[in-house]
Amino acid sequence: MLLSSVLIQFLNGLAGASSLFLVAAGLSLIFGVTRIVNFAHGSLYMLGMYLAVWLAERIGFWAAVPLAAITVGAIGALAEISLLRRIYKAPELLQLLATFALLLLVKDFALWAWGPEDLLGPRAPGFAGAVEIAGNAFPQYDLLLILLGPLVLVLLQLLLSRTRWGILVRAATEDREMAGALGVNQRWLFTGVFALGALLAGLGGALQIPREPANLNVDLSVISDAFVVVVIGGLGSIPGAFLAALLIAEAKAFCIGLGYSQATLVIEFVIMAAVLVARPWGLLGRMPVPARPGAAEPPLAPPSRRLRWTLAIVACGLALLPLGSGGYTLVLLTDLLIFALFAASLHFIMGPGGMYSFGHAAYFGLGAYAAGILLLREKFPMELALALAPFAAGLAALAFGWFCVRLSGVYSAMLTLAFAQIAWSAVFQWDALTGGSNGLVGVWPAPWLSSKPAYYFLTLLICASGIFLLWRAIYSPFGLALRATRDSPLRAEASGIDVRATQWAAFAIAGLAAGVAGALYAFSKGSISPEALGIQRSVDGLVMVMLGGIQTLSGPVWGAALFAWLQDAAARNIDYWRAATGFVILALALVLPNGIGSLLQAKK
Amino acid sequence: MSRLQIIVFAFSALFFTEGKAQTIRIGELNSYKVFPAFLEPYKKGMELAIEEINASGGVLGKKLELVTRDDGGNPGDAVRVAEELISREGAHVLMGTFASNVGLAVSNLAAQRKVLFLASEPLTDKMVWENGNRYTFRLRPSTYMQTAMLIPEAVKLKKKRWAIVYPNYEYGQSATASFKKLLKAAQPDVEFVTEQASPLGKIDAGAVVQALIDAKPDAIFSSLFAADLQKFVREGNTRGLFKSTPVFNLLAGEPEYLDTLKDETPDGWWVTGYPWNAINTPEHRKFRDAYQKRWKDYPRQGSVVGYSAVYTVANAIRKAGSTDTEKVVDALRGLEMTTPFGPIVWRPLDHQSTMGAYVGQLAKKAGQGVMVNWRFADGANFLPPFEEVRALRKE
Repeated sequence: MLLSSVLIQFLNGLAGASSLFLVAAGLSLIFGVTRIVNFAHGSLYMLGMYLAVWLAERIGFWAAVPLAAITVGAIGALAEISLLRRIYKAPELLQLLATFALLLLVKDFALWAWGPEDLLGPRAPGFAGAVEIAGNAFPQYDLLLILLGPLVLVLLQLLLSRTRWGILVRAATEDREMAGALGVNQRWLFTGVFALGALLAGLGGALQIPREPANLNVDLSVISDAFVVVVIGGLGSIPGAFLAALLIAEAKAFCIGLGYSQATLVIEFVIMAAVLVARPWGLLGRMPVPARPGAAEPPLAPPSRRLRWTLAIVACGLALLPLGSGGYTLVLLTDLLIFALFAASLHFIMGPGGMYSFGHAAYFGLGAYAAGILLLREKFPMELALALAPFAAGLAALAFGWFCVRLSGVYSAMLTLAFAQIAWSAVFQWDALTGGSNGLVGVWPAPWLSSKPAYYFLTLLICASGIFLLWRAIYSPFGLALRATRDSPLRAEASGIDVRATQWAAFAIAGLAAGVAGALYAFSKGSISPEALGIQRSVDGLVMVMLGGIQTLSGPVWGAALFAWLQDAAARNIDYWRAATGFVILALALVLPNGIGSLLQAKK
Repeated sequence: MSRLQIIVFAFSALFFTEGKAQTIRIGELNSYKVFPAFLEPYKKGMELAIEEINASGGVLGKKLELVTRDDGGNPGDAVRVAEELISREGAHVLMGTFASNVGLAVSNLAAQRKVLFLASEPLTDKMVWENGNRYTFRLRPSTYMQTAMLIPEAVKLKKKRWAIVYPNYEYGQSATASFKKLLKAAQPDVEFVTEQASPLGKIDAGAVVQALIDAKPDAIFSSLFAADLQKFVREGNTRGLFKSTPVFNLLAGEPEYLDTLKDETPDGWWVTGYPWNAINTPEHRKFRDAYQKRWKDYPRQGSVVGYSAVYTVANAIRKAGSTDTEKVVDALRGLEMTTPFGPIVWRPLDHQSTMGAYVGQLAKKAGQGVMVNWRFADGANFLPPFEEVRALRKE
C-alpha cells in the first residue's frame, strides 16, 4: 500500500466509524439506563432512512435529516410509553421479545408504506462532490461525517455531564436501584432516554442516505454491528462506543485495503471475542454493580400433577398421531419436536443456569453440519452419523463455554454471539468441507427411516428423551447446584460448589442437546446450509424460550411449538405474515409476561 | 339416505369441488419477503400467464391453479413448505425459489420425492450440473451463461489488468471463477490484479472503491447487485473510479436494479439485463402490452421469468397429455416453446433452458438508466460443450 492509500483508507475508516457510532450511541444509552436489549434499534435506524428519503424529495435533504430524526425519536417515546413501560417488572429479557416483535412489525410496515424497491436518496446539497486528498478524490460528505461523529460525542458528553437530566441518567446507569431510592422518577427518565436513543438511531439512518439506499434488509445488518460496537466499548459508555466504532471501521477499511476482503465477513466478531476475553467489561466499561441478595428467583417447583398429566397425554397423543394423519402434519410436527428440544437446551442454561446465550444456534448448526459431513464426506452410515454428530457440537460448546462462563450477563451472551458468528463464517467460507454458502445437499436418512412416519417416530423418541433428561437434570443435585450458582455465586462458592465448573458443564450439556436437535434437523431436511447457525436461528431460540416463560419448566417446549406453528400458519395464509407474527408475540408478551408455561404451573 | 350418508356426501362435495381433481396445481415457493423487489413483479408475471391460459381453455380441459408460499428465504423452511405443497396441497409440479442454497435444497427434495421442480430464479450452475437430477429443470440463463455472454466484449477491449469485485457467496464466487477461466482462455496474457469479496448487502463501498483505484486496473468485472451495486456506483462516481476504467457488471441492466440508480447510472458499462421498452419483437410486444394492460406497470426481468415459467409448465403438461410426473419430465426434456424473449429449447442433456439475455451498455436518458447498443444473446450459444456438461453431471 502506498502512503497516500493508507491515508485514504484511514479516512474511509473514520467516516465509517462515525456512521457506526451514531447508531451504537443510542443503543448504548438505552441499554445503560433501562437494561433493555433493544432489538428494534436497527428498525428505528431503517425508519430514519426511509423517512429521510421520503422527506428529502419534499422539503430537501437538510430539512429532512433533523425532521426524520425527531420523528423517529417521537416513535421511540411512543413505543416506550405504550409498550415497554408495561413490562419492566417482567422477567429480564422479556423486553427482548417485545422489541423483536417491534422489529417484525416495522419491517412489514416499511414494505407496505414504501414498497419493495430500494430507494437511493439524494446526495447532500453542498457536499455532493469530492475533494482531492493526496492525489485521490475523497467524498466531501465523508469529511462531513468524520466531523459529525465526534461532534455528537461531545454534545452527548456535555448533556450527560453538565445537565441535571444527564446526571440523573448517569446515576441510573451506575446504580439504578440507588437512583430510584433517592427519589428519581425513573418512568420519565426511561422514556427520555429511550426517545433520545431512538432519535440518535433515526439521525444515524437519515445521515446515511447519501451513502446507502434505504432498503428492507438494513435493520438486521445494522443491529448486529451496533451490538458489537456497544459491547466492545463497554455497555453504557458513550466514549467506549466511539472508540469501538473507530476500531471496527478501521479494521474493516484496512482488511479491504490490504487485500483480505473476505475477512470483513467476521472481523468485528473476532475483535469482540478478543476484547471480551481480555477485558470482560469492554474497553471502557466498568464492572456492573453485583446483583443484591434477595433478587433470587423463587425455586423452580417440581412439575405439578396437572403438568405431568398434560405431558403424558401430549406424549401419547403424539405417539398415536401417525395412525390418523399422514403427510404434512408429520413434517410440521417433526420440525416442532426438533425446535422443542433446541429451545429446551437453551432454556437449560438460561433458566436454571441464568446464563444468556445469543449464539445457541452455533451448536444446533454444528450438530447439523457434523451429521452432513460424516455422512457425505466420511461415508459413515446414517445411524452412526446421527449418533456422533452431537458430540461435535458438545465439543464446540466445551471450548467456547470455557471463555463464556468467565463473563457475566450480557457480556457473556455477546461472547456466545461472537463465537457463533465465527463458527458461522468458518462454515460459510470453508467450501471444501462445508460446501460454502450453498451448504451440503443429499443428507437423507437411511432407507428404513426415510418414510415420514418412521422419521417422525425417531424424532419423537429422541427429542422426548432428550427433553426428559434435561428436565431430570434440573432437579438432580447438579441442577440444584446450577441454580445456586445463578442465585448467589458467592454463597454457592462458599458452600463448596465450583461455580465455573458447574456452569461450564451446563453449557456443554446444552450444546450437546442442541447438537442432537441439529443433527435430526439435517436429516429431516435432506440438506443443511449456513443459516442453520445464523443469528436468526439464535434469535428464534430466544423467542421460543421467552414466549414459553424462562422460569417455567415446560414453557420453552410450548413456546417452540407455538412459534414454529405460528410462522407456518401465518406464512401460509397472510401476506404480511411477519407483522401478524409480531402482533401475536406482542400480545402474548403483554398478557402473559411469565410465558405460556406459567399457565401450567402449580397454583400456590 | 341416512343422515350419515348425507354428511359424508356433503363433505366429499366440499373437498372435491374445491379441489384437486378439477384443477392442475402449480405449487410455487419463493422468498417473497427477502427479495421483494424482484419477486413482486415475478408474481404478477405468473398471475398474468395463469389468467391467459385459463381464458383460452386451460390445460387438458382443466384450469391451471397457482398456489404460492413464502419459503422464508432459508432451505429448512423451504423444504417444509415444499412438503406442504406436495402432500397437503396436492401440487402436480413444484416451481420457484430464488437463492441458490434454497434452490439446491428443494431440487434435492424433488429428486427424493420424485416430483418435478422447475427452478425459475436461481442462477447457480450447480442446479443443473454438479447437483443436477432427473426431476429438476432451470429456466433462467445461469451465472456461467450470463458471464459468458459478456466475454466477447471483454475480449474485444484487449485490456490486460483486470480487477474483480463480487458479493461473497455462491453467485458472486462462481461468476468470478467463470469469468477468470473464460477470459484467460480467450486472452492468455490477462492478469487479475485484485479481487474484492464483499459480504452480501454490506459492502464497505468507500474502502472497496479505493482498493480498486490502488490496484490500477485497466478494466473491472463486477457481479454486485441491489443495494451493494447502488453503494458501489455512487462511491465510484464520486471518487472517479469509472472515469477511464471500463466496467462489466452482471445483471445491472435488469430494471429491478437499474431503475434505482436514476441519475447515478454510470455511462458505458457493459451489462446483462432487460431493456423492456426497446424490445419490439412481436412476442415481446404482445407480452408487454398484456402486462401493462393488466397491471398498469411496466414489466421487469422477474415478470418475464414468472410468465415464462408458468407457460413452461402448461406446455409440458399439454405435450405429456397427463399430469403424471414421469411423463411430464419426459415431455419437458427437449420441449420447444416461445417466450417473450423468443424461442427456447429445454435441453435434454442437462434440463437447462436456452433462454437468453440482453447484453448492452448503460446510459442515462432524462435522469433514468437505460440500456443502449444492446443485442440479444441466445442462451444456446453460451453453454459449455456437451462432454464437459456430462462430466459435471457425472453421467
